[in-house]
Amino acid sequence: MLAHGFADPVHDAQGVFRAVMDALARPGTIQPLAPGLAPPAPLTPELAAIALALADADAPLWLDAGLARNPAVADFLRFHTGARITGDPAEAAFALVSDPAACPDLGTFAKGTPAYPDRSATLVLAVSILSDREGWHLAGPGIRGSARLAAAPLPADILSRLARNHAGFPQGIDLILAAPGRVAALPRSTRVQEG
Amino acid sequence: MSAVRSETGYNFAYLDEGTKRMIRRAILKAIAIPGYQVPFASREMPMPYGWGTGGVQVTAAILGKRDVLKVIDQGSDDTTNAVSIRAFFARTADVAVTTRTREATVIQTRHRIPEAPLHEGQVLVYQVPIPEPLRFLEPRETETRQLHALAEYGLMHVKLYEDIARHGHIATTYAYPVEVAGRYVMDPSPTPKFDNPKMDDCPALQLFGAGREKRIYAVPPHTRVRSLDFEDHPFRVQSFDKPCALCGAEGVYLDEVLLDDAGGRMFVCSDTDHCEERRADGPIGTGGAGEGAAHA
Repeated sequence: MLAHGFADPVHDAQGVFRAVMDALARPGTIQPLAPGLAPPAPLTPELAAIALALADADAPLWLDAGLARNPAVADFLRFHTGARITGDPAEAAFALVSDPAACPDLGTFAKGTPAYPDRSATLVLAVSILSDREGWHLAGPGIRGSARLAAAPLPADILSRLARNHAGFPQGIDLILAAPGRVAALPRSTRVQEG
Repeated sequence: MSAVRSETGYNFAYLDEGTKRMIRRAILKAIAIPGYQVPFASREMPMPYGWGTGGVQVTAAILGKRDVLKVIDQGSDDTTNAVSIRAFFARTADVAVTTRTREATVIQTRHRIPEAPLHEGQVLVYQVPIPEPLRFLEPRETETRQLHALAEYGLMHVKLYEDIARHGHIATTYAYPVEVAGRYVMDPSPTPKFDNPKMDDCPALQLFGAGREKRIYAVPPHTRVRSLDFEDHPFRVQSFDKPCALCGAEGVYLDEVLLDDAGGRMFVCSDTDHCEERRADGPIGTGGAGEGAAHA
C-alpha cells in the first residue's frame, strides 16, 4: 500500500517551506522540521517532506542510486507530488540524495546561466548529523559575522566542491541538509571554510 | 482590530497550492541569489496591478496559521491599501493582524521601512512597482538582463553623475539604487532613500514582490546593502529641520500635512505606529506650528 502524504497538505507544506526558507535565509542555523511522514526506505521523512512541499509537475525530481533502486520511492513521490522523475541530473529542479557520502559532483546538476542563475538545481541531502556548534566556518549573506555548521556523512572533498560552487556565484547549486527532525542549508552565496 | 468575516470557499491565504509552490520556489532562489530578480508566474489577484499584487502573492505564499501580519502603506497602518490588504488576509487566512511593528512576524509594506528596529524572525515583504533599477535607462529586458549578468552598472553611475552635474548633488530621493552583497544592483522599491540604511545588515528577511512585472527578489538577513554613491558625493539621507509635530520624534521620516488653504502645514511621522506608540508613552510635539522643510 502507498504511504500517506501530508496529513494537512496546506499547513504541513507551509511549515516545511518556512523551515527551508529560514534555513536558506540564515545559513548555519538549524531549523526544526516535523514531517510526520513514513515514506518507503531509503527515502527519509525529511527528504519526502521537502519534496512534497516544493516539487510538482513544473519541478522535476532526480533520485540518487539508493532511492532509484526501490521503485516504491518513485511511486510515492510521483503520486504525492505529480513531479516527473528524471534520470538526467541536469534536468532536475530538486535532487534527492539518500547517500550524501556518494553524492555526485555538483557539476552534473544545472547551475543556471549568467542571465538566469535561478535555473539551477537544489540538492536535498539526507545527512544523519547536523550541528551548529562545531565544524566549518560559514560567512556570507544571511550570516551575522560568521557561523558554524557540521554535517555528516558527506564526500571527503566536499569543501573543495563547495568552494568551486561558491566561486561560480551567481550561478551554482543550493544545498539543503536534512537530518532527522532538523534542516540546515548552504546556498551558493555562502563561503564555507574548514573548521 | 475589528472583527472581520472569514471567507469560505477559498484556499488558505487565497492562492491555490500549486501557485504557492511556484512562488515558494522563486523565493528560495531569490534568497540564494541576493538582489537577483527571479521571474515568476504572477497571478491575477482580486485587486488591480499597482495595489500590491506582488507583495500580496509573496505574503500569501509564506503566511502560516501562527503568523501575525502587519500591513503598511507609506508607513501608515490605516490607509485604504493597508486596511484592505490586512482585511484580505484576515478573511482568507484567518491570521492574527496587528499594527504593532514589534508584534508582527510578517510585515507587508508599500514604500516604507518601519522606524522601530526589526528583529530576527520577522519577514518584511515589499510591494514593488518596477523591480528593474535599470529600466528607465535601458528599456529592453534582454539588455538589462545581460547588464546584470555582466555586473555592468556603469549606466546607473552615469545617471547619478548626471544628477550631480545638473543639480549639484544626487537628486534621487526614492527608489535609490543599492548594491546587494557586493554583486547585484537592486531597486529597493520606491521607499524614500531615508530608509536605505535600514536595509543594510537588517536582522529581518526582506522579500520583494512585483506582480505586474512578475519578479521576486530578496535580501537575506545581515546582508550588506550599499547605496550607490561617489567618493566626493557620498550617500546622504534626508534630514528634517523640526521634529514630528505630534510626537516630537527626531531622526524619523516625516510626512507633510496641509492644514488649510493659507499654506499652513505640519510635518508628522510617516510611521503611524511609531508615532502612536510614542504619544502613548508621553512625548507630545508642537502641534501644527512646525514649518520644517525636508532637505534632500
